[in-house]
Amino acid sequence: MMSEIGAIEPLLEIEGLCVNIASRRGNVAAVRNVSLSVAPGEILGVVGESGSGKSVTALAVIGILPAAACVAQGRVRFAGRALDLTGRHGGDRDGLAIIFQNPRAALNPIRPVGRQLVDALRVHSSLSMGQATARAVELLKQVRIREPVRRFWSYPFELSGGMCQRVMIAIALACEPRLLIADEPTTGLDVTTQKAIIDLIVALAARRGMATVLITHDLALAGERCSRLAVMQGGQVVEIGATAEVLSRPREPYTRSLIAATPRADQGARPPESRTLGGLVPKPLLLVEGLCRDYRLRNAGGTAARAWARLSHPGEARRIDIVRAVDNVTFRLSAGESVGLVGESGSGKSTLAALIVRLIDPSAGSILFRGKDIGAIRARDAARAPHRREIQMVFQDPSASLNPRHTAFAAIAEPIRRLGPLAGNRQLDIVVRELAEMVELAPALLTRLPHQLSGGEKARVGIARAIALRPSLLVLDEPTASLDVRVQAVILDLLAKLRSEFELTYLFVSHDLAVVRRICDRVLVMRAGCIVESGMTEQLLSAPTHPYTKELVAAIPHAVVSREHCHTAPTG
Amino acid sequence: MEFARHLPYMQPRAGSGSLILIVALGLVGVVAPWIAPQDPLATNVAVALKPPSSIHWFGTDAVGRDVFSRVLIATRLDLSIAATAVALAFIVGAAAGTISGYFGGWIDAAIGRLTDTIMAFPLFVLAMGIVAAAGNTVANIVYATAIINIPTYIRVARAEVLVRRDAPFIQAARLVGNGPPRVLAFHLFPNVLPPLVVQASLNMSYAILNAAGLSFIGLGVRPPTPEWGIMVADGAAFIISGEWWVWLFPGLVLTGAVLAFNIAGDGLRDFFDPQKR
Repeated sequence: MMSEIGAIEPLLEIEGLCVNIASRRGNVAAVRNVSLSVAPGEILGVVGESGSGKSVTALAVIGILPAAACVAQGRVRFAGRALDLTGRHGGDRDGLAIIFQNPRAALNPIRPVGRQLVDALRVHSSLSMGQATARAVELLKQVRIREPVRRFWSYPFELSGGMCQRVMIAIALACEPRLLIADEPTTGLDVTTQKAIIDLIVALAARRGMATVLITHDLALAGERCSRLAVMQGGQVVEIGATAEVLSRPREPYTRSLIAATPRADQGARPPESRTLGGLVPKPLLLVEGLCRDYRLRNAGGTAARAWARLSHPGEARRIDIVRAVDNVTFRLSAGESVGLVGESGSGKSTLAALIVRLIDPSAGSILFRGKDIGAIRARDAARAPHRREIQMVFQDPSASLNPRHTAFAAIAEPIRRLGPLAGNRQLDIVVRELAEMVELAPALLTRLPHQLSGGEKARVGIARAIALRPSLLVLDEPTASLDVRVQAVILDLLAKLRSEFELTYLFVSHDLAVVRRICDRVLVMRAGCIVESGMTEQLLSAPTHPYTKELVAAIPHAVVSREHCHTAPTG
Repeated sequence: MEFARHLPYMQPRAGSGSLILIVALGLVGVVAPWIAPQDPLATNVAVALKPPSSIHWFGTDAVGRDVFSRVLIATRLDLSIAATAVALAFIVGAAAGTISGYFGGWIDAAIGRLTDTIMAFPLFVLAMGIVAAAGNTVANIVYATAIINIPTYIRVARAEVLVRRDAPFIQAARLVGNGPPRVLAFHLFPNVLPPLVVQASLNMSYAILNAAGLSFIGLGVRPPTPEWGIMVADGAAFIISGEWWVWLFPGLVLTGAVLAFNIAGDGLRDFFDPQKR
């Protein structure tokens, strides 16, 4: 246990840390003279955009810097001991645990997640196999995994990204660390899970005196949960102090611009735009009725594994082979509307989006687009279906949704070449340049390949591609989820502008209610494949009726952000 | 592990060295008939089994043919057998593997079982069987070498396609009006090409060995055609009696070619790996 002195002294002390990364164009200083300290039980928030050196600092502390990086200067002390910063394989880091951003990559793809949890438990303690298994199930339950016994035998690819992250958190917590470094732990998770997981970390920190470093680009989250905040930019800590102090009286212009760009659930709602003409109810553009999509689970765990589960937990081990991802969903979209589809990961909202754009075939139900059942066309033939150019999609991950071997120009020109009116190369060039201008993408960037573009630029290319054919319905699947908060604000403004310019209809899939509030007239709330509540955005968010919606609304992080001091904030 | 960290820095040099060797071999193959100092088929018993000299750089064989000229001429035959076989295997294997991975279902099952069947045989024995049954002509050696190499390409292509089949950029391509053939040809295939090219380079060495091996055991190119495998086989009779030059020089060139393609394959793999750029 911790001594009296240990409780007063900082648990982790970073002094003048400098990390260089070797690249073909010489050394880049990724971390410059960073000094931070964390006391036991304290939660320190480290905030900044991608590339600001947050993660590199964490990797240096935990001792797993990539081969190209080296610590040039500085010292790190943990629990009174100086850590060896030259090694690359962890080592002498007992009591330190880290959670990464990409959970699926961190899990062994060919081993059931429960077994991986048991492995971690047995390496760090003397539990027997049975005890470790029981503890593992208990941990899975703690990170809010439903049916932990069945999930124990699931492979990472059978779980959603959110579930994988919960498993990772369970593994990190399994060893009862004294310091937990959480590197964007809830990025990509829905707000309710985010809340549950952060609650769990906060509770553990309080109970066990566990110190936590929360690395995030989400200022609202950090502001709500952390006692102190460090703001990083360009490898340096530009501002550090008590959370309330930093948020209410930011000294640095950079901090102010971050605060200004953070969407807040309690402001910024757009007045609902009524597009009904002369009191007529407009004809629905899209009418979805009784839509279902089933997935067959292939053999959850081996035969022996199932038998074991059945013996040890007779109640829960019932085999369910069919999962209904989308369950009897009915809704309508009128032309010109912007409708948000919210729900947590695994609620079926992405499946619903994929059904509507006809990437996958429905199991039952109909999708009527302008009165024609497009659900009856097989997904394989949908590429050439007449409605194709009318329904387009903006994908969640701007990097993964661009062909790595096509330039930005080719990506934007592709839909025009395939489905647009036949035109010469000259005209195509003009049209693509116009599109680039519409999404505010510099024409010089058109010749670049995706890996030469920033996240925000890739997002613009994705949007330009989606609007190239002037579709009437645009399905946006979490278009801003993987972007930095300042870029996110700019992209949301762009989407709002494009919508009014081209009279687009938006189906906006998101887990972020604050973002939805900014852009949607109406909201559908989805849970476990069903739409549980729908209504006008303002009404639904201020007076939710379904308990799940209430939970969602309550889970939005509310940092006490004062706007009075940020009038001069520049936007990115 | 310690050694592995230095690999990225070592590989490019070894890779470019092997590339120079491959280009040199290719050039020799093209111009051999014009630079060969002697007629590779001309026998002259008077100078049989003479050690290397200024006239016969690599010495002469049992019937007095110039080993140097024969090695040069053989380069063209050996490289073209290997290259044609690899090209055939590449085209058939990449197409079958891509289709198998993309469409799945019964096509995948059928192609998968076919590869399993081919791979169930010891591959060299299978090649021997094919040549023995079909007759030992150059064309049949090419077909046999191609057939035993096809499964590798099928498996590599299929695995790469499976990883990318449902990637968002493929979905995006479908949404903007690309039917399955276009998605396959213009979006998936270019992205699975790099590992296939690496495989082809590694395969070249195997194909050279295979062709030479078939000839060595008498199932390949027929004498007196100059071919590395036959020349090593001819020389094998003189290992004990001490006429080392008859087998050594064709063997060295054969080894050099195999090594060059192997190292070039490793170099290409690093070149295509974005992590190592």
